[in-house]
Amino acid sequence: MTDRLVPVEPLQVGASVSIRAVDADVGGAAAAYTEVVGKKKLGWFFWACAAWIALVILAAIFANLLPLKNPLFQDYNALNKGPSSSHLLGTDDLGRDIFSRIIYGARVSLVIGFGAILIGLAIGGTLGIMSGYLRGKFDTVTNSASYVLLAYPAIVAIIAIVAFWGNAWWQITLILGVAASPLLYRVVRASTLSYSTREFVMSARALGASNGRILVKEILPNVLPAIASFSLIGVATVIVLEGSLAFLGLSVQPPTPSWGNMINEGRTELTTDPWLVLFPALAIFLFLLALNFVGDRLRQHFDVTVGRL
Amino acid sequence: MTKYIAKRLVALVVILFFISLGTFFLVHILPGDPTVTILGPNDNAQNRAILLHQLGLNKPLWDQYLIWIGHVLSGNLGQSYVTHQTVTSVIADAFPIDIELIVISQLIAFPIAIVLALFAARRPNKAFDKVATTTTFAGLALPPFIVAPLMVIVFSIHFHVFPGPASYVPISQGFWTNIDSMLLPSIVLAIGPIVIYYRLLRNDLIATLQEEFITMARSKGMTDRRVLLKHAFRPSSISLLASAGINIASLITGAFVVEFLLQMPGLGYELVNAIDQRDYLVVQGIVLVVAVAVVIINFIVDFFFSVVDPRIARD
Repeated sequence: MTDRLVPVEPLQVGASVSIRAVDADVGGAAAAYTEVVGKKKLGWFFWACAAWIALVILAAIFANLLPLKNPLFQDYNALNKGPSSSHLLGTDDLGRDIFSRIIYGARVSLVIGFGAILIGLAIGGTLGIMSGYLRGKFDTVTNSASYVLLAYPAIVAIIAIVAFWGNAWWQITLILGVAASPLLYRVVRASTLSYSTREFVMSARALGASNGRILVKEILPNVLPAIASFSLIGVATVIVLEGSLAFLGLSVQPPTPSWGNMINEGRTELTTDPWLVLFPALAIFLFLLALNFVGDRLRQHFDVTVGRL
Repeated sequence: MTKYIAKRLVALVVILFFISLGTFFLVHILPGDPTVTILGPNDNAQNRAILLHQLGLNKPLWDQYLIWIGHVLSGNLGQSYVTHQTVTSVIADAFPIDIELIVISQLIAFPIAIVLALFAARRPNKAFDKVATTTTFAGLALPPFIVAPLMVIVFSIHFHVFPGPASYVPISQGFWTNIDSMLLPSIVLAIGPIVIYYRLLRNDLIATLQEEFITMARSKGMTDRRVLLKHAFRPSSISLLASAGINIASLITGAFVVEFLLQMPGLGYELVNAIDQRDYLVVQGIVLVVAVAVVIINFIVDFFFSVVDPRIARD
């Protein structure tokens, strides 16, 4: 397979095949996308996407300070109104302003998306870099564990845990973060492996540097590009998962707006007021597109192929 | 080869064991009290204790697991607390819908992805390739929960091409009406795989076309079409099929979403319902069956490829 995104050992014991499944899933954008041409300039579209991501993040952070309507305020004089000058993207069946709900809703997607990947990196990344550098028993155990965990189809487990444990935003972030960690472990481990035997690491060790110092000062800076570009695509995947959960009514509960639960709420009024679904769908689409593109381009730019193991 | 298969079988058993363990403890460790579901919140403590005893929930967890796994292996997944239907019959009714959805969506996805990829790879970085590659990239940002409602708006409500939500017809009531109600959800499900297969096959083909045996074939005077189909597509088709096998997990997520939106009584619909009603055993049963199905499909795919391409087995 030409799947060079995550250099998983080809068909090792365990669930290598399903790991590539998760690759294809998580690294959708990047999977098997081997550009024949070498390093290119990032291009205007890259910067447009990056600017869009920044804009959405800023809007979500400073939503309170922006001249927005209260996303929970129910204006009974304006139920199910289409877009107008007073309600930029219209109102929903309770008279709530959709534009403001989309911006506040971005908070849920962003916090869960970035939060889960940070948790995943904290667990999977830390174990991965240690496992790739230290090798030995530690590596064997964590490596096999990651295969077993990846074999478990995450989505059903996630649905079940969310359903029984709870769907506050921090619970969902934690669950998705733990679910993402075996995959992030594999990415970081693979990337670390390709550096751990390089000359500069050897010489650092010869000079008497401690393992901790080598990991932080020598290896970490080198694996960061791989982590960064893969993480962006990971964030996109987590946002899709959260959206699917929200669509099934299992994520953060109303009245808190989220892109996914807005689509879920609008779903019953598809016939009469399609914009209730249309605008949040557009918001997710544009944001995912930007994340995928930036992640994919960065990966090409840094030439994150990590080498096959 | 035999050694390889034996190793894989051991791995399969280990993974299945962990899945059973995970699924069991998932339901038992998490908060929530099944006696409340069955008896309601106002019943007295004595009745609760009797029920706990009847359900065997007062035994140590490990004993409970052994009893449970024994039942599971003999095909008994318990009974719904709510409808008193057996969990196996709930699953037996719902599973065929998912299988049909997934099969039809693959029948749609493969031809489209293959044709697109062949045309794109024939002249890489030319107009057709650029348009197809860009469009499919956008397709990556279109998960089923976005596409499904939009398709319903456009094709069911606006143009009346497909029946709308809640119009699922079981296959027993006529093959064609059943297919008709399956088309819209299958197309929704096909979009993700089209994108993945296209990108995989295109890149694979472009890489293969640069190999020496292709130059050889060309220099012998083979036509472009023949080179593309006979020499380039054949080896690539294996990895294509592999990716189909491994995408099964994301297809299931998609199937859950469309079933929920269109109210088709498949596994996803039943799962969400069971969760709403705190019907623990149904949730547990569905989670277990889906997880085991995914793992076994992956195992078969893997096994199949080690037979087709013996290089895989040689570690």
